[in-house]
Amino acid sequence: MLNNLVEIVISILLVVLALLATSSKSMMKTVMFLSALSMLAVVAFVIMQAPDVAVTEAVIGSGLVTSLFVFTLLSARKVVGKQ
Amino acid sequence: MKQILSLMLVTVLGLLIIVSLDGNPLYVDYGDAQAANRISTRFIRRDVNGGNQAVWFGVSEDLESGPANIVTAIVADYRSFDTLGEVTVLFVSSLGVALLLGTLTTKRMELEFHPNFMLRVGSRALFGIILMTGVYIILHGHLTPGGGFPGGTMIASSILLLYLSDDQFRTKVKSFKVLESIAGSLYVVLGLVGLFAFDYFLVNFLDNGVLGELFSAGIIPIVYVLIGLKVGSEISGIIDHFLTEEGA
Amino acid sequence: MLQYAAIALMMIGLYGLLINRNVIKIILSLNVLEIGLNIFIISVGFKTGGIAPILTSQYDNSAVAFVDPLPQALVLTAIVIGVGTTALGLALAKNIYAKYGTFDLDEIKEGQV
Repeated sequence: MLNNLVEIVISILLVVLALLATSSKSMMKTVMFLSALSMLAVVAFVIMQAPDVAVTEAVIGSGLVTSLFVFTLLSARKVVGKQ
Repeated sequence: MKQILSLMLVTVLGLLIIVSLDGNPLYVDYGDAQAANRISTRFIRRDVNGGNQAVWFGVSEDLESGPANIVTAIVADYRSFDTLGEVTVLFVSSLGVALLLGTLTTKRMELEFHPNFMLRVGSRALFGIILMTGVYIILHGHLTPGGGFPGGTMIASSILLLYLSDDQFRTKVKSFKVLESIAGSLYVVLGLVGLFAFDYFLVNFLDNGVLGELFSAGIIPIVYVLIGLKVGSEISGIIDHFLTEEGA
Repeated sequence: MLQYAAIALMMIGLYGLLINRNVIKIILSLNVLEIGLNIFIISVGFKTGGIAPILTSQYDNSAVAFVDPLPQALVLTAIVIGVGTTALGLALAKNIYAKYGTFDLDEIKEGQV
């Protein structure tokens, strides 16, 4: 019963975060929503008894993809600031 | 107009997927997957070539495939050619980033935020811990969850920490490129040794040992170390390309 | 329930891919689509009451029911390939900004005409 409750909460949070990520106006907020979505996906993988996939997604989703997005946005802001 | 059309298309596609899978005799419900009726049962019981036996941890010797982690046995032994394809895809994407963002003279990108002394020195302690965790996950890939890919990315994360906390830090990019090329080529050379000296490409030619020991499972720890080094140096190169710009 | 959420995630990602004009948001919707797809593939192999597919000293390989390990091996490859695609796309976006000064595809198209 508890497992079922965790599944329902994670599913609702996944859909809400995805809707927020695609409809937000500020770019930094969108990238942070993507990072949170990736973390919830790690919890979903652990619930479905897949530890290999969970470790891989945790390292890649939190460390790598978020930092690449932030570096691209930083370089855009830097060029604007120079002008 | 475009919004209404795409909304209708997406809704129809989603309903089509749900309706076609619901009650389909070929698609089992959520939580009812029987591995005994699928091909995975042969991977679990290690009898793809026949020879049915019970597999006990710490006792069984010289099985068809050595690792205790069944996902590792699939990724690095039974379907090792797909892993070679994945390594190739990562190499091509790193090559593309280097071609798009590379300049002749590089320097670190200037930001308005300068880290202070405590941040610069204090993060060196964390760098060693993350590096050791990455090496541990690579070496125990055949016994615990993990393997070459998350371990290599952890090594690259430790270098990312040094990039973020220090304003003037740059790795030695040339030595990382040499390391990446050597590790990738050694994986293919290992496969070719299997082809020319033994039976087929990427065969496991060392003996498999006792299930569950650290020195077991043939060439699979060696393959994971090579993959970990390649992925780590590749992603460090990608991060370096993103944070540098043209200059003297 | 997780499978319905995964299909909804895929459809939201596809909708974002069709509707957005900002290059960074297109790459982001592609990432949302890939996360939904990975959750769906692993949920196909799940068995209620199964354990993770790693042999330990407690059970042998015929006594208990393992979760299906084959979709996990496929998703492991898919996650890494998604990272490669995202890195290449962001390098292209950075070069687009350096050349045109904006991330918006409509403004770039108007500027050329």
